[in-house]
Amino acid sequence: MARVVVDVMLKPEILDPQGQAVQRALPRLGFDGIADVRQGKRFELEVEGPVDDAALARINEMAETFLANTVIEDFTVRIETAEGSK
Amino acid sequence: MTSRIGVVTFPGTLDDQDALRAVRVAGAEPVSLWHRDKDLHQVDAVVLAGGFSYGDYLRAGAISRFSPVMETVIEQARAGMPVLGICNGFQILTEAHLLPGAMLRNNHLHFICRDQKLRVENAETAWTSDYTQGQEISVPLKNMDGRYTADERTLDELEAEGRVAFRYADANPNGSLRDIAGITNAAGNVVGLMPHPEHAVEPLVGTGRTDGLGFFTSIIKKLVNA
Repeated sequence: MARVVVDVMLKPEILDPQGQAVQRALPRLGFDGIADVRQGKRFELEVEGPVDDAALARINEMAETFLANTVIEDFTVRIETAEGSK
Repeated sequence: MTSRIGVVTFPGTLDDQDALRAVRVAGAEPVSLWHRDKDLHQVDAVVLAGGFSYGDYLRAGAISRFSPVMETVIEQARAGMPVLGICNGFQILTEAHLLPGAMLRNNHLHFICRDQKLRVENAETAWTSDYTQGQEISVPLKNMDGRYTADERTLDELEAEGRVAFRYADANPNGSLRDIAGITNAAGNVVGLMPHPEHAVEPLVGTGRTDGLGFFTSIIKKLVNA
């Protein structure tokens, strides 16, 4: 089984109040020097069979139509572990 | 003949009973629709009610949008059938691309529940003809993900075409761009809004006013005159 990771982030121009709330809490906790925080989502997909171009194309389609809302979010797709390797 | 107005129940929908009741109070026949049933049972219009369908997992409305009933609703809405999306229903309509833009977490990250003043900006849609343009109404508002967002070009287009149907009339409760509380599609048959008119149709409950009844009487007149 290979793992494919889809990361979804709000587009840079969209206000992210969750990220801001985290960022504002940091100095209080003693973590200084963080100018900005943005919060996203990570999907880990365990894929049956080979992750070939066709499988990646399907995952891209899945990310574009369902996992991300491309009106407000960007996404990236990458293979985390090659098939058969540890 | 009495108009038949359907209200869809998804897993997690909360306001379907209030919406069905609002339909009946206004004088139409309420019809319960189930999310797994593609058949709309000969209804003349559909209401997507509020709540937290599928727990709002992934994004509010994102999973419901792919339910069997929505296949038919999307097809029929494009063919002109009137559809009203309230709160979670509005979120589902944006996820289904029947309405432009998207709904995001409130800018202050709090759930809001209060009476909300709205200004009717477009009294010519299928669901708003019993109001007058510029009229202010008060209906309950309750949501976590009510911040309407779209890119500048879409917002300009909505304004230019008069498709901003409702604006928040006092303080903006959630950071919605340009104080937008509700919008319509170009044809005026699909309307979505965050506040809840179905909770303000009888004087005994909600705001104590019946300001929300106009949505349901508007659509009945539209269907009778069609």
